[in-house]
Amino acid sequence: MAIYRSHVLVCGGTPCLLKGARTIRNLFQQEINRYQMADEIRVVETGCLGPCDEGPVVIIYPEGVMYSRLQPTDIPKIVEHHLYKGRVVEELVYRERKDSKEISSKVPLEGEKYLDRQKRVVLRNCGRINPDLIEEYIANHGYEALGKVLTELRPEQVVEIVTASKLQGRGGAGFPTGLKWSFTAKTQADRKYIVCNADEGEPGTFKDRLIMEGDPHSIIEGMAIAGYAVGAEEGIIYIRGEYHLSIERMARAIRQANEHGLLGKNIFGSGFSFQIEIRSGAGAYICGEETALIESIEGSRGEPRVKPPYPGVAGLWGKPTVVNNVETLANIAPIILNGPEWFRSIGTESSPGTKVFTMLGDINNQGLIEVPMGITLREIVYEVGGGIPGGKGFKMAQTGGTSGGCLPMEFLDMPMDYDTLSKVGSALGSGAMLIIDDTHCIVDVLKSFMKFFCHESCGKCTPCREGNTRLYEILTALSAGTATKAHIQLMKDLARTMQLTALCGLGQSAPNSLITCLRFFADEIEAHLNGKCPTGVCKSLATQFEAV
Amino acid sequence: MEMVKVTVDGQTVEVPKGSTILAAAKKAGIKIPTLCHHEDLNVNAMCRICVVEVVGARTLQAACSQPVSDGMVIITNSPAVRQARKMNLELLLSNHPQDCLNCVRNQRCELQTLADQLGVQQQRFGTKTRPEYPKDDSAAALVRDPDKCILCRRCVEVCHDVQSVGAIAPANRGIKTQILPAGGVDLNNVACVQCGQCTLVCPVGALYEQDHTERVWAALADPEKHVVVQTAPAIRVSIGEEFGMEPGQVTTGQLVAALRRLGFDRVFDTDFTADLTIIEEGHELIDRLNNGGVLPMITSCSPGWIKFIEHFYPEYLDHLSTCKSPQQMFGALAKTYYAEKAGLDPKDIYVVSIMPCTAKKFECGRPEMSSTGYPDVDAVLTTRELGKMLRQAGIVFSELPEEQYDEPFGITTGAGVIFGASGGVMEAALRTVYEVVTNETLPSVDFTAVRGIEGIKEAEVDLKGTKVKVAVANGLGNARKLMDLIKEGKADYQFIEIMCCPGGCIGGGGQPIPTTNEIRKKRIEAIYEADADLPLRKSHENPAVKTLYEEFLDKPLGEKSHQLLHTHYTKRNKYPQKSVG
Repeated sequence: MAIYRSHVLVCGGTPCLLKGARTIRNLFQQEINRYQMADEIRVVETGCLGPCDEGPVVIIYPEGVMYSRLQPTDIPKIVEHHLYKGRVVEELVYRERKDSKEISSKVPLEGEKYLDRQKRVVLRNCGRINPDLIEEYIANHGYEALGKVLTELRPEQVVEIVTASKLQGRGGAGFPTGLKWSFTAKTQADRKYIVCNADEGEPGTFKDRLIMEGDPHSIIEGMAIAGYAVGAEEGIIYIRGEYHLSIERMARAIRQANEHGLLGKNIFGSGFSFQIEIRSGAGAYICGEETALIESIEGSRGEPRVKPPYPGVAGLWGKPTVVNNVETLANIAPIILNGPEWFRSIGTESSPGTKVFTMLGDINNQGLIEVPMGITLREIVYEVGGGIPGGKGFKMAQTGGTSGGCLPMEFLDMPMDYDTLSKVGSALGSGAMLIIDDTHCIVDVLKSFMKFFCHESCGKCTPCREGNTRLYEILTALSAGTATKAHIQLMKDLARTMQLTALCGLGQSAPNSLITCLRFFADEIEAHLNGKCPTGVCKSLATQFEAV
Repeated sequence: MEMVKVTVDGQTVEVPKGSTILAAAKKAGIKIPTLCHHEDLNVNAMCRICVVEVVGARTLQAACSQPVSDGMVIITNSPAVRQARKMNLELLLSNHPQDCLNCVRNQRCELQTLADQLGVQQQRFGTKTRPEYPKDDSAAALVRDPDKCILCRRCVEVCHDVQSVGAIAPANRGIKTQILPAGGVDLNNVACVQCGQCTLVCPVGALYEQDHTERVWAALADPEKHVVVQTAPAIRVSIGEEFGMEPGQVTTGQLVAALRRLGFDRVFDTDFTADLTIIEEGHELIDRLNNGGVLPMITSCSPGWIKFIEHFYPEYLDHLSTCKSPQQMFGALAKTYYAEKAGLDPKDIYVVSIMPCTAKKFECGRPEMSSTGYPDVDAVLTTRELGKMLRQAGIVFSELPEEQYDEPFGITTGAGVIFGASGGVMEAALRTVYEVVTNETLPSVDFTAVRGIEGIKEAEVDLKGTKVKVAVANGLGNARKLMDLIKEGKADYQFIEIMCCPGGCIGGGGQPIPTTNEIRKKRIEAIYEADADLPLRKSHENPAVKTLYEEFLDKPLGEKSHQLLHTHYTKRNKYPQKSVG
């Protein structure tokens, strides 16, 4: 085996690939070949490195120097100066904050708050290994947990460990994973299924995509362990159709796992068999709802089912089915290897572990982060996120994607965990963290949220199908200056009815942002009744107001 | 049965485990309002009208789908419940046309009734947020008015789950969701059998039959026309429901009186040609049994069933009896035999059928159904349309005297009457075939094994040494099961009766609304009551039929019969035929 003096890790996450990372990788290889260093330096395409809007991003080890926003013309310079002559190319090194005049020459892996505040459990291998090589996963303790459960633990012990870890589902609802597994484990059936919900559709959320792209085997391992725990021999990964690279990398990883006997019949001679197949979605947000996802796998129109029965008892093809999110499953192997106490030592008491967020909107460090549960909003925005660009003020953060609530300034010191967020009408949800600065109009922002739900409601139940269009209608009237006080009450009543009566989580949570904003931004919304848009965003109102 | 105790609005009731909240509330004397729920169909719980509070639950629960658990505390009438129900209804109404006068279901509309019940009196939302949809009147028997559709999906359930046809399904999503014929084409271009079961379950006026009342009014008013009417067996046990009578009452005499008062020149009975069908079809069966014909032979009276087999099992068309349905036999004879007898020019005879069926409207327009040179049948009215005409004419049905059908086509037997219920054609055929084959009198005319609403029934009859195994199916889902058995070579029947609609014609798509399985059972009882009341119970004993053969047809399966009373079938495609727009 060759020993390399340097490794060039090129981020191969979709955001970087879209910005030309593959050209960058090829240029590195070409230049390294030109300097005849191919047997000394290895170029590796990895999963996501984190700062997505700074791409294409590259880390060079052993120094651990991160270069960002690379152009093809930069590569000969880096290869010549850094790799050939041993001098870091300072002007290309990743800078933490866009606003910072100072160029950081520090190695960003240590010391920078962006990475310093992070705790990588789910993303343990992301950006560190080549996701296309199972050997690299195995070399980083990959499949050890599966080996351990199959050779040392009984299925019920596995369920006990996951239950003891207090891991909660990372897809949105936060249902205790161990409890979910126990329902399926207890149900007798000739067949059971493990379904990995990788139909990530919440706007602003791309964590599952980057986990699949960066560390596909961690999901396979989690699914196999789940299968052993509940007595399922078949797994299906339902991946959002637009996630071409995720599908490609997951498929390759499944093939490799089969070739290595880590999937298939009689794994490790234990008598346990497990198969995984991939299904891809076709672009409907609703298919992220577990029963709609099951309908879609069965070949039907993607619509939620009436519950009960719950999937744990009667799911795919009427059989007991565990549906877990990608991030949930990626947590399983570390929990098995390090124990539930270790997991509970991270995060808060009621919400242990880490959470992967995608930060976006009006924030300096956009991208993928993993932080311990309980971190405050202020820490995320001003430390990990590097603050708000352009010196603008914080207006609100929407947590949990478009179906989450909006938190104003007063909540900056609120810890981010399941309990606390649900108490204020928001949710940790999918992990999207949308930061909005004080130049935006709340009515305008809400309009864009509701437009999304008008588009994505499946149309099955009345409150969601009809309600979203009516909320959008009233918001439009507000921004046009034609709404009356009665509209505000109607909007409140309708939003409440949707929360209380919609058939599934989509319709129930669609008005969350509106309800929280009616509470926290009442003055701004009501100003629109008097023909005033305080931020001046609502054009017709702005004109009216100026004319007065 | 394991029972659980639940509290509904303070009252404790005991119900079987697994019961819905709806059922538990009913036991407590509370009728929770519902809209998408239908007692015979799968629960979709999508209208969200029947929501109730369950103490401890985060959200309101749909009473139609939520099973009770022991100790559950349910509140059906809290402010939150009332507000939510009203809001959801307002939402539905906000995208529903407000011109109730322009609707076939005005005053018989579940949405309208519910709006009154829940006290929705104002429109708080703006104009319609969903697109305007054009009416689809492409099909001969049915009209779709998607603008009125409230997306309850009962039609989809009945079309897929009960009838296994699947002609319509939800398409698009969100506010643009529609119930559309497969592939988005017109209803006429999909494998819709036009059974009209969807029109029975539609709570509003989004699905209904093609209206023939105006053309009938016009014919009645035309002095040149001699307008004759035939009444299908099932009408006499259901028309009363159009006037608020309890289901299951036999009103044959009032029906005849009512039709006479509407101005029909002759009031005849389809039962007469039902008897005739038995003679022709019975002989066809005997012929097939004796001469190695295609078996099992399957009945051909039900036009929805005929269209179904043409679409879905076209390779089995030679199993069908070649007999026209009684409706069409009647028309063919009205314009030949009757015309001759009455001294009328067939072009002046206008034949109206009163049918429990929408597919009959399609059947009468089939090109092969004009063997006399004129259409056998000119107009088909459903039971509902007849009800409408009688109301328009101000005829008070319940106060009518009982009158007799006109001769000759009003002379009938009990065998003709039972055509109206599933198993009836089979039983009528057996009554005749037995006596024709064995030359012996039946010890009992009642073949009870083939009666009832059960989906598939079987029986074996010993014709003096020749055992005939028969099967009866009602509802196309059950028909499909039998056809699949035939396809797999597992059906050892000689004769099969298939009726398109659940329960047979008494449950037909043209019957009064509501038509539920409970109501079907009552109508079936009434049919056998009408059968038992008649002096003659066997088709071959019908004197008018005997005269018909003597004076006109000569013999069963004879040349005239072939020309007038028998037909052929058309292979059809099960996939949509052309796309629109």
